[in-house]
Amino acid sequence: MKVTNLGYLIKEGIRGIFLHGFMSVAAVVVTVACLLIVGSFSCLVYNVNILVEDLNKTNEILAYVDSELSDAEARSIGTKINILENVYKAEFRSREVALEEFVADHEGDTAFGGLTATDFRHRFVVVLEDNELMAQTVAQIEAIPGIVKVNASFEMAEGFITIQNVLHIASVAVIGILLVVSLLIISNTVKLAMYDRKDEISIMKMVGATNGFIRLPFVVEGFVLGMVGAIISFFLEWGMYNLLVKRLAEVDTLKLFSFVPFTQLLAPMVATFVAAGLFVGVVGSWTSIRKFMDV
Amino acid sequence: MIEFSNVTKSYTVGTHALRGITMQIEDGDFAFLVGPSGSGKSTIIKLITGELKPTSGTVHVNGYSLERIREREIPYLRRTVGVVFQDFRLIETKTVYENLAFAMRAIGAREQEIRDRVPYILNLVGLENKSRRHPTELSGGEQQRLAIARALVNNPSTIIADEPTGNLDPARSLEIMNLLQEINNLGTTMLVVTHERDLVERFGKRVIAINEGLVVHDGMDGYYRA
Repeated sequence: MKVTNLGYLIKEGIRGIFLHGFMSVAAVVVTVACLLIVGSFSCLVYNVNILVEDLNKTNEILAYVDSELSDAEARSIGTKINILENVYKAEFRSREVALEEFVADHEGDTAFGGLTATDFRHRFVVVLEDNELMAQTVAQIEAIPGIVKVNASFEMAEGFITIQNVLHIASVAVIGILLVVSLLIISNTVKLAMYDRKDEISIMKMVGATNGFIRLPFVVEGFVLGMVGAIISFFLEWGMYNLLVKRLAEVDTLKLFSFVPFTQLLAPMVATFVAAGLFVGVVGSWTSIRKFMDV
Repeated sequence: MIEFSNVTKSYTVGTHALRGITMQIEDGDFAFLVGPSGSGKSTIIKLITGELKPTSGTVHVNGYSLERIREREIPYLRRTVGVVFQDFRLIETKTVYENLAFAMRAIGAREQEIRDRVPYILNLVGLENKSRRHPTELSGGEQQRLAIARALVNNPSTIIADEPTGNLDPARSLEIMNLLQEINNLGTTMLVVTHERDLVERFGKRVIAINEGLVVHDGMDGYYRA
């Protein structure tokens, strides 16, 4: 294909959009709707993911130190724990602090009135990077000399992992379904456009046009429709997100949840919308052309 | 050049359209292809234009071997073969000029080439004053002239005319046949598929007669008198 024809082919593609105005508008509207749902879902998943990760960090492991060790010896174990790969941080809590915390937790309970600091052990509060590796990390901590016992809440860790997995699967499924829906609609739009021009296509084939030459205007059409859909839905998403965050910030009970600003999502969202728009537009038109090529 | 050597073509439904066709049409020849409906004429045209591949035998068209032609070579084969149909197959939404320009653009011609070539071809077929008309504003004969112009515009070495006078009255048919002969005189190989005995006899050209998938006559004259 000569470069000089490229302008003509692109012009033909754009002409096609206006020639089938109603279907083009319908395709853009459906793409916008689908991408908005995909975008909103992605934003929600992103925020929930951050929330779950923050909660994850509250799932602490307690590593108790041998009470025979001196304060200095007990503190020195912290270095060995902190160098473990999956350890986010390990903080030393002396037996005195442990007593204070215990008393605070059981305020007014006379049964524990006679407790002293010597009844407690020095300990490390350990936060992990990845709770899926909790069992291995716990085993590594247990193996450190001077650690006598490790308390870890495997159930809680598994709960967080399950939430994250469910979120991932649900988001992939929803995004996948919506992309397929958009793809089918763009594909049908282009199919109608091609059906409308089947005589032109058969004449082009008859006089010796290459398949690439015939396809390009339709791919351009799909590309433009996909991109227009992506751009509109991106800005709508931006506006809706900011509005929602503002409204939620005004609700007292929801102040516990902090939503990331949209500007933080800008790069991934632009990439997602453009990629989805291109995919839906180009793949949708490309696949629909094939059946019209056997003329 | 078009060369069929012992060509058979069977369809999956079990029809044997061609049962061993051998024929040769040299560059610059003019030949009529005649025969009753279902005799295999359309299959021969489809084999020449690369729409079908032979079941056995060899087909050579303007340097391409059709029995082993690759999909991506077919457009280039078709640029060497212009086809004219009985029903014209014109684009009604485009003007006469645009119908020809469209055919040229389809094979990647530059705008300057189009501006030079289209008026020349319109002049050749006698439509130079109708370039801004739409096909629906033309008579049947003029529409067929336009179809011939389109077949000719990309300068193919061969033209296949499939019943080109089937929709025309005798006077217009004669005009079209004269035009095809003029084009042939300029060096284009011409294969005209027709049922019209009068025209075939009047022009006294080579006649290839097909019946039940076989060549039953191939000669300059005498087919209808036999």
